[in-house]
Order: sequence, then C-alpha cells, then structure tokens
Amino acid sequence: MIEIDDVSRLYGGVPVVDHVTLTIQPRTICVVVGTSGSGKTTLLRMINKLVNPSSGSLRIDGEDIAGIPAYELRRRIGYAIQGHGLFPHRTVGQNIATVPKLLGWDKAKTADRVDELLTLFQLDPQAFRDRLPHQLSGGEQQRVGVARALAAKPNILLMDEPYGALDPVIRAKAQHDLLAIQRKLGTTIVLVTHDMEEAIQLGHTIAVMAHGKLLQSATPTEIIGHPATPFIAELIGSSERPFRLLALSRVADHIEPGVAEGAPIDADASLRDAYADMLWSARSAMPVTRHGEIVGRLTLDALAKLAARPQ
Amino acid sequence: MVLGKSGQAARATRLVTVIGVSMSLADTADAHARPTWLALDKLGVLIAIVAAVGVVLPFALFRANRIVPGETIMLPAALPLPLVFLLAAVLLAGFVAALLRWPAWLKLATGFVVLATLFVLVGLAASYLTPEGETFARVSPGAGFWVLAFAFALLVTDALTRLRLRPQYRVAILVAVILAMALLLWSGLWNDLSMLKEYASRAQAFWSEAQTHLLLAFGSVATAALVGVPLGMVCYKVRRLRAGVLNVLNIVQTIPSIALFGLLIAPLAWVAANVPGAKAIGISGIGAAPALLALFAYSLLPIVSNTVVGLLGVSPAAIDAARGMGMTRWQRLLAVELPLAFPVILTGIRIVLVQNIGLTTIAALIGGGGFGVFVFQGIGQTAMDLVLLGAVPTVALAFAAAVLLDALVDMTARGARP
Repeated sequence: MIEIDDVSRLYGGVPVVDHVTLTIQPRTICVVVGTSGSGKTTLLRMINKLVNPSSGSLRIDGEDIAGIPAYELRRRIGYAIQGHGLFPHRTVGQNIATVPKLLGWDKAKTADRVDELLTLFQLDPQAFRDRLPHQLSGGEQQRVGVARALAAKPNILLMDEPYGALDPVIRAKAQHDLLAIQRKLGTTIVLVTHDMEEAIQLGHTIAVMAHGKLLQSATPTEIIGHPATPFIAELIGSSERPFRLLALSRVADHIEPGVAEGAPIDADASLRDAYADMLWSARSAMPVTRHGEIVGRLTLDALAKLAARPQ
Repeated sequence: MVLGKSGQAARATRLVTVIGVSMSLADTADAHARPTWLALDKLGVLIAIVAAVGVVLPFALFRANRIVPGETIMLPAALPLPLVFLLAAVLLAGFVAALLRWPAWLKLATGFVVLATLFVLVGLAASYLTPEGETFARVSPGAGFWVLAFAFALLVTDALTRLRLRPQYRVAILVAVILAMALLLWSGLWNDLSMLKEYASRAQAFWSEAQTHLLLAFGSVATAALVGVPLGMVCYKVRRLRAGVLNVLNIVQTIPSIALFGLLIAPLAWVAANVPGAKAIGISGIGAAPALLALFAYSLLPIVSNTVVGLLGVSPAAIDAARGMGMTRWQRLLAVELPLAFPVILTGIRIVLVQNIGLTTIAALIGGGGFGVFVFQGIGQTAMDLVLLGAVPTVALAFAAAVLLDALVDMTARGARP
C-alpha cells in the first residue's frame, strides 16, 4: 500500500504538487491523469524519491520513505519511463540485469531472470538477449524497458507515460499485455498519463490532477458517471461517456437466457464491442458463446440501460 | 509522334538506370546522357588538374652538394626511357581512374599503384641521376613529384572515405602502408635520395630524437588526459565552475606556441634553482620540461571541453532511468555517463595527439629535442633535405595517429549512434 499524506512540492515558492492525499491499494493499478503541468509526474517521482516533498509524508506498507536511503528505495521499486531510457551501449540482457546486478544477485540467477522476463514479454531470449537497443523496434524497446523495471521482482512499478512514443496499434497491445502481466504478478502499478482513454482502460482507480491539486480519485465507473468537476467531464468527453462505460464491462456479466440470430460474440468481449457489432448488423439481440458453445444472448435493450448514467 | 519520343526517352532512362547502380552520384542532366562509366567525377577533375600540373613541373632536383641551389630536371630526363614510359602509362591509368566514376575500390587500387610506382621510381631516378662514385651530389624529389604524390594521395583518401570501411579494415590498410614503406626503405631503393643521405650521416641522432619526439607528444597527451578528463567531469557536475575553467583554457590556447615555450623558461628556471629536488627530476628553464609543460597546457582545452560536451550529450532518459533504478552517483558516472561520453572524449584526445605531434617540432627551439632539431638545423644551414628529414616523419606520425584514433573512436561508439 502506498499512502501519500498531504504532500506538497514547491519550486521557487510555486506549488507544483499542492496538498495531495492519495492512498493506492496493493495489487491494483492506479492511473494518475492530467494535462501537462498538472504535477502528475512530480507526484510519481516523489514515490521513489527522485523528487523530495516540501511538506507532507509518503509511506510504503506503513514505512515512511523519508527514512530509507534513496538508492535503496529505488532498487525496490520498478521504474519505467517514456522513451524507455534503455542504456544504448548495453545489450538487452545487460539492461534488464541492471537492478539485479546492483543488488548483487549471482550470475546464474540473473541470467535465468533475464530469460524469464524476455519470455514473459514475448521476446525470444535467444534472439534478443545480446542485441543492442537501437537494433529493436519502438514496441520492443518499450517492452524491454518494462521488463528491466520488473527485473528485481519489485512490489511496486512506477510508469511515466510509458506508451507515449508508441503508435496506436502497438500501444493497444502493450496496454493489453500490461493488464495480463499485472494480473499474473500482482504488482502495484502507479501509471502517469495525459490520455483519459488509457486511464479508463488500465486503471482500477483513476486520480485526476490539475494545477498540482488532486481533483478526484475514484473507480473508472464513478469518474465517468459522476465527474467531480467540469474539467474532468471535459477530459472524458460528453459524447464518449456511454461508450466508455460500456467498454468497462464484459459480455459475460450480462448474459440473458434465450436465443438470437446471426453471428455470436465471445463472452470475454467488452460490451462496447458487442454494442458496435449489433448496431452494424442491425440486430436487437445476439447469441453469446463461451469456449465455442452458445450460452445465451445479449439484447440491445439491456445494453441501452447499461450505457445510461450510473445512479 | 510525341508519344513515341517520350517513350524512347523513358526507355533510355531505364537503360541508364540498369547500367548504373550508383546513379544517385550522376546527378546532372549531362551525366544522364552518357553511360555511367564514362561520367565525370567532380573531385576527380580537380585531382586530374593538380596531377597534370605535377607532370609539367620538374620531377627531380640535382645539386652538386647539399647547400648550393640546384638544377631542375623534368620527368622525361629523370629516368631511363623504359621507366619513363612505364611511369607515363601508370599516370595515364591514374588520370582515367580519377576522372571517371569508377567504383571506389577500383579508384583506391589504382591510386595505390600510382603512388607505389611514384615512390619506387623517385628512388630509381636518384640513382640514375647521381654520377658514379660521386658522394657530394644530391638528388631530391622535385615539385612535380610532391604535387603528383599529393594528387594521388587525395584520390586514395577520397576513395577510402567513399568506401566507408569498417575501422578494423582501415587500420589494416594503415599497417599495410607502413609495412610497404618500411620495405621500401629497407630495400635501399631510396638510398641515393638526398633525404636519406642526410639520414645516413646522423642515423643515431635520428632515432634518439624520434624517441624524444614520441615521448614529448604522447607524454603530454597522456598527462593532459589524466588531468583533463577528471577536470571535465568536475566541470560537468559543477555548473558554476564550467565557464570559468573553459575560458581560462581558451586563453591558454590562444597564446602563440613559440611565445608559450619562451614564457615558461623564466619560471621553470626559478623552480629549478629554488625548489629542492626539482633539478634532480629534470626540471630546468630550457629542455624537455618547459616543452612538456607547454604541450600539456595546449592539450587541456580540447580534452576538458570534449569531456564536458560528451557528458552533456548523454541521453537524459538514460540518466533518469539510471537514477530511478537506484544507481548511486558514482555508479551512474562509471556505468552510464562515462561509457556513453567516451567516443567524444576520445575524439578530443585524437585532436590533441595529432596537434601535439606537429607542435612538438617547435620544442627543439628551447632545447626540448625531437624531430624539430633537424628542421631548425636544416633552416640554419639552408639544407632543405635536412628540414625534410625532420618534417616528413612528423607528418607521417601525425597521419598514422589520426587514422588509428579515428578507427578507435568508431569502434568505441557502440550503440551510441542513433
């Protein structure tokens, strides 16, 4: 658990982070959203002491980080940034081994961990271990950057606009992979982005910041349904609200008994995909399959109710 | 009719494209009209003009003894007739290779053949022109030889640049050239050339001065690197120090070299006289100590500024990542910043080494020794051959150092290039 307690940071008397209090539950993804200059990156960098707070305190699992030497704390926390920050003169394997080496792991254990992470990120260890960063594509560099951040099995992973430099297709895949890896490892992730779409897609909780202040911290459903300020509503976009809400739920949770005509949809798909499919094929209901077997149907009426503003 | 014409033109363009893979080089409309192997090379035209001037200038210089003004000897008279024809044929091939857009490796090979022929034949010309049993007569290469050698050396370096060879191959070519020169000197083909006659009468001094020269040039660069790189690191970390240190070094750099050598005489003489033990370790007002100190002072600016620039050029994302992963200041410096800045630092050392090999000649003025001894003796005696005995090895040494360190810079720039 990360507890940010009434934390401020001033530069030349001007608060960049202004009395922020935020608690991040273990094993969840918290996405901090804001425009540039909102203080979101500064807030993130205070968690691993790259920036020290002017006032207030931060605790990790109850321990005040002020008492932990910065380099020691940072080795316990994964750190992935935009533009990956890979060391250009070191191979992929050496890059990933950075923190294990700092912690003094033995060679065999480090090598095993490097191969394990490369495999986890769908990069063939044989082919990628000895390559240099400039020989990789942007998406591959980004994956190596995250693999490096996870090398020493940290409980916490900090990510600063990790997908900012990727094209939309690769970004979608990277986001999907991150969710799968987070579920598998149970890492607590704090991710900073300016993209509300990304925040809704990834976050268990979303913290919206503007001018150094925390405006709202809540679940995506809550943020979409009840934005605390007009600014947040603007970030979400009024015409997008119902569809973003639908995108949060899966078909599996809203299956009704009965039959329907036409091509079926998988129970794992999002309601948004189901809705688009139904509109496109001009149907009012569609069959739902799980593992290839029809288990029920989904109706347009039900979707319309689900897309309405939550009470 | 109109259609037919444009069709023909299109076909012709296609044909040219098929013949010449390196069409991108032939960018003028004129070049498109000709087959590529006939197209003119822009730099080649310049080389050919320079070489043509070299042909009509005297090939050799004959003097009755080492200090009288000599008589010039044109190319046809400098060699036995068959060799004149051989040289003419080789030079003709060289002209063609320079002028036309041949592949770079062909230009390179032809350039080396021309240079080798020139070098061997100038030695033979010396033997041919020296009267039998005459020991005072001197034959030296004339202006024509130097201009020709310059022109085809240009052809070779241009071809090497275009080939973009890997650093290992460039070093291999350098070693091959050094071996060829050693073979030429060892074979005795050049023994009748005036420069080697000067060498023969002072062989022992030549090698001891060579040793001094190397010691001064490399010693000053090594000490400057030992001091300059840490100083550069401090200037990088402490921003307030940066401008001050670099400005002071800039001023040192602007002092004329002869003046700096001279200025150091007085303070060092004082040190030698008043600091106990200073004299014992070789410090004195004249000699190697002030020379070393002056060369050291000149070397500092390029090394310090390149260290600062190199460190400033390290990707901020890499430094942020290094901090964020828990590297300490020292770990960051040693594992990330210095390795990434190293090629730039090495470039600074390369500049200084080449500069100091040349500058060391001036050390002879204050009794520092080195190849400059022959240069200044030669000037004093108006014996140009003696000047060359000092100047040619200096140039060769500087050139070899430049090639070697350039290759080293390329080899260390692993992954640092985008």
